[in-house]
Amino acid sequence: MDKDQLQENIAKRVAQELKDGQLVNLGIGLPTKVPTYIPEGVSVMLHSENGFVGLGPTPETVDPTIVNAGGQPVSIMPGGCFFDSAASFGIIRGGHLDVTVLGALQVDQEGSIANYMIPGKLVPGMGGAMDLLTGAKKVIVAMEHTAKGEPKILKRCTLPLTAKSQVDMIVTEMAVIEVTSGGLLLTEIGEGFTLEEVLSATEADLIVSESLRTCLQ
Amino acid sequence: MGKQTSIEQAAALIKDGDTIMVGGFMANGTPEKLIDALVAAGTKNLTLICNDTSFVDKGVGKMVVNKQFKKIISTHIGLNKETGRQMSAGETEVDLVPQGTLVERIRAAGFGLGGILTPTGLGTLIEEGKEKITVDGKTYLLEKPLFADVALLYAHKVDKAGNMIYKGSENNFNNVMASAARVTIVEAGELVEIGRIDPNLVNTPGVFVNHIVDGGAE
Repeated sequence: MDKDQLQENIAKRVAQELKDGQLVNLGIGLPTKVPTYIPEGVSVMLHSENGFVGLGPTPETVDPTIVNAGGQPVSIMPGGCFFDSAASFGIIRGGHLDVTVLGALQVDQEGSIANYMIPGKLVPGMGGAMDLLTGAKKVIVAMEHTAKGEPKILKRCTLPLTAKSQVDMIVTEMAVIEVTSGGLLLTEIGEGFTLEEVLSATEADLIVSESLRTCLQ
Repeated sequence: MGKQTSIEQAAALIKDGDTIMVGGFMANGTPEKLIDALVAAGTKNLTLICNDTSFVDKGVGKMVVNKQFKKIISTHIGLNKETGRQMSAGETEVDLVPQGTLVERIRAAGFGLGGILTPTGLGTLIEEGKEKITVDGKTYLLEKPLFADVALLYAHKVDKAGNMIYKGSENNFNNVMASAARVTIVEAGELVEIGRIDPNLVNTPGVFVNHIVDGGAE
């Protein structure tokens, strides 16, 4: 599976989690592919942490006053509105954001996540990620299952945490995993993969769901 | 007393060693002309409070390249390679703060609060050295106010009383930073006479603003 296909499969599966009317924040990279695959009949409002709801695609004629959190030109949809950063993070922290979808370097079996720094190597900063993880009602991690063949789903994160025990669901090209109080519950396996392959690519302990099924991709 | 001043006079209000707050998010809604004047002035050993360090050729990123900061308090430096280089080389101190915490610390400073209580950062490196306070069974971190000597802001339209109106996503940190500095300077995309802005549409009250520069004038 090439990288584009793999990311497309992950984005498609995440899109199925979104419910009509939800307010959703998408992290940079893979999560931004999710809107393309939102099922028909489901309409969500996207939140942009630099200060608006109603985030829309880059228009043909760019308005330089409207950018996304990566500083790239975007648009605002009908029904959207602009506000300051205090309101933006009030929406996030105050429990008004239904879902956040983010990438990760590591996730562990307690639902902790590391995605903002590799000490001594890469220190971009957390931006709004710590608040999004802490405040969103549902946290979905969308990422490739391994990095250079090494597991990213661990018993315990080794990198500095972005948030402790905040992840609700992990979607990769190989698996859909729910974070429960009892541990990580493997509910779906990606098409083309076996249970053995998923288990060997995962360092964390997985509880295999009795209703385990193949992802519809 | 009129608030309007020249860009050069405004830039001269910032002294070596000052702490400055700069509005903008990846340079969207940032006072580019004030920043250019500060680059030209070469003011040194500044502490920067800003959401991010932008790109090398935009916003405060230009001041990073010009090595004007001894310390940077920010949420994200990843899109300006020079900031990372200076941090790794030990030339510039970088304090990374979660975005929602940064804006609330600034708001606390400007609004007379002794700090804020937030759950963000619990269980991470951010909690190190900070007091934890439990309210009604929930634990929070005490985050203290963040003041500046000078705030440098941008608004799309400003009247001569300093009342500000933003456009698009340019508000971001500008509104909150307006209240949190000893001296607040706003660069107006369009400067208009008093009475030309509908008071119902003002985003940030002019009472916070000390000086206005006309960013629309060439």
